[in-house]
Amino acid sequence: MKFGKLGLLAASAAMTVVSTAALAAEQYIPSLVYRTGPYASGGVPLADGYADYFHLINERDGGVNGVKFKVEECETGYKTDRGVECYDRTKENATIYNPWSTGITYALIDKVTADKIPFLSMGYGRTSAADGRVFEYIFNFPSTYWNQATAIVQYIANELGGTDQLKGKRIGYIYLDHPYGKEPIPTMDILAEKFGFTYDKYPVAPKSMTEQKSIWLQIRKTKPDYVIMWGWGAMNATAVKEATNIRFDMSKFIGNWWSAGEDTAIPSGDKAKGYRAATFHGVGKDAPVFGDLQQHIVDKGMASGDGSKIGLVLYNRGFANAAYVVEAVRKAQEKFGNRVMTGEEVRWGLENLDLTEERLAELGLTGLVPPTKVTCENHEGLSPAIKIQEWNGSGYEVITDWIPAMTQVTRPLIEQDAAAYAAEKGITPRSCN
Amino acid sequence: MEALNALFVTPFVEIFDAPWFFMEVLTGGLMAGVMYSLVALGFVLIFKASGVFNFAQGVMVLFAALNFVGLMDAGVPMILAGIITIAIMVAVAFAIERFVLRPLVNQEHIILFMATIGVAYFLEGVGEMIWGTDVRPLNVGIPDDVFFVGDAMIQQSDLFAAVVAGFLVVVLALFFHYTRTGRALRAVADDHQAALSIGIPLNHIWVIVWSVAGFVALVTGIMWGSKLGVQFSLSVIALKALPVLILGGFTSIPGAIVGGLIIGAGEKVAEVYWGGFFGGAIEEWFAYILALAFLFFRPQGLFGEKIIERV
Repeated sequence: MKFGKLGLLAASAAMTVVSTAALAAEQYIPSLVYRTGPYASGGVPLADGYADYFHLINERDGGVNGVKFKVEECETGYKTDRGVECYDRTKENATIYNPWSTGITYALIDKVTADKIPFLSMGYGRTSAADGRVFEYIFNFPSTYWNQATAIVQYIANELGGTDQLKGKRIGYIYLDHPYGKEPIPTMDILAEKFGFTYDKYPVAPKSMTEQKSIWLQIRKTKPDYVIMWGWGAMNATAVKEATNIRFDMSKFIGNWWSAGEDTAIPSGDKAKGYRAATFHGVGKDAPVFGDLQQHIVDKGMASGDGSKIGLVLYNRGFANAAYVVEAVRKAQEKFGNRVMTGEEVRWGLENLDLTEERLAELGLTGLVPPTKVTCENHEGLSPAIKIQEWNGSGYEVITDWIPAMTQVTRPLIEQDAAAYAAEKGITPRSCN
Repeated sequence: MEALNALFVTPFVEIFDAPWFFMEVLTGGLMAGVMYSLVALGFVLIFKASGVFNFAQGVMVLFAALNFVGLMDAGVPMILAGIITIAIMVAVAFAIERFVLRPLVNQEHIILFMATIGVAYFLEGVGEMIWGTDVRPLNVGIPDDVFFVGDAMIQQSDLFAAVVAGFLVVVLALFFHYTRTGRALRAVADDHQAALSIGIPLNHIWVIVWSVAGFVALVTGIMWGSKLGVQFSLSVIALKALPVLILGGFTSIPGAIVGGLIIGAGEKVAEVYWGGFFGGAIEEWFAYILALAFLFFRPQGLFGEKIIERV
């Protein structure tokens, strides 16, 4: 059974690059995935969720206004060079890209802009791409790393009884020593100064992800009030394991949304109970859309995997990402007609996306996808927020309502960084009025 | 002046101010070093017997652990799962000898090295095909609590790893020095052609040594897998063995252990007391600096064999 499915997977991977001319009647969605290599445990559920939602729309609704989606995967192995190669091989007729990698995102920003193909780095990538005046084709809604950092600090403040209680507190910040892990540091610096807390930085070298003893010994010595983690891959599980080893209070250990997968806590099992992490989408499979998924996809044997990953954190993230893309195409069709949309038209759809609670309820996505409104000026969406989820020994439960980010702190930084990028690249920011 | 103070005064003041914490760092480093040594052992075994730097050693650790945990998840009792996995690793050794090494006898070492890169990709792909990519928790009953010596906290699992590593080293050292097969292994390592000329069956020796390396990979995989869960990133732990090999020598089993202990303790102490000065995350490169410092005085590694080339 497994061999059969994997054989099909291998065959489809081999056929990834087909002539896209034949796909002209379908909305072509190249999917840059990493189903192999050290990061595959995260990459597989992301890719499965992403593909399954498009298949659901095709099977249940016959596509969007009769236009079906054609999803084709290209394996990146989470490597930037292979991601760029995948892009070059699949860009003809491509609707949108989301490569699930900050490294690939940075490498492709100029290319997709030149090729006029929109790019949705949902919850990763370059934060300042939120300024749509400079980054016309890059989107990063429903939130960014900088805003996530502010929302996590806000959550800590809420627990303590208000932002004034942050004064004098000590926070440990453990992060992958990589542009991704360093991304929120300027924001943390500002927050530390603004609220009067101190924070100690603990970088984890990528090749030492699985050995963090020295870091956790320091944490045991400095006894921070909270630890925030910006990790990925095996770094997450190692950190949680080491935290349990030193008997750190897991309810004071908060991961970001890439440290929020089940693979982060599973190796520690019950000992990780209480571990918390941010999320910008729902967990579990309570959303009504999962009933349709079972009926139209899983029961027909059409799921990307064996169906066991449905409802997992990263599966839901891929699923939510696809939902945004579908709604952007639908929005674009309202303006340009019921046919296959070009990259430029989908970009318009993304910039005019307004997913209200009512619309999400119609789609069966209530509780899974946050309401989001995107504009020409603001590609992050107007209401970035997180929820906090807690590990219960076998899965995550959401324990808070939406915690809004401190956009008044981050938006000036975003605009400042985007302006610097524009100056460096000789870009004249467009007017959104 | 401030920099000199941070480098040469503050760390030592901190050590004297909190000696128990220093003991904890040192012990933690030594225990981490034992885990590195387990990985390095697999490299040493194969290099010792065939002169090949086995790029696939990290993937062999992953592959062995994947089979072991996969069988256990399928309901196979632990002991039986271990035996079946050892049989699988022996079969892998046979296949590598027959299809990779035998056609390359007497080729340059770099060619054999390249072949092991192919073996690494092959094993990783096969492991993924059979067992998938999920993280699998592994519980073989290794004690996982802590105890205190004074104020220093010690992990029972680390201590267990140290005992296992020590046992492995003793067994392997005895095997290499006091058995006929062990001596044959060393002869093959010195010179393939010469070993063949005196009737040592090269093919059998290679199968044996790759099988033993497969067994060591299984033990290593179980130790690391118990700690992190069995996942594909286990293959990258091989990188932690490189400075250990440089320091200990590629041909010495005790060298792998002593090298691991020095690297483990050195990098942890450096990270905790000097990491802040350099911005943190220094243990990755500090291990290599430490190894290179030793090489300055012992180019063949701490316990490596001195190579004498006659002109």
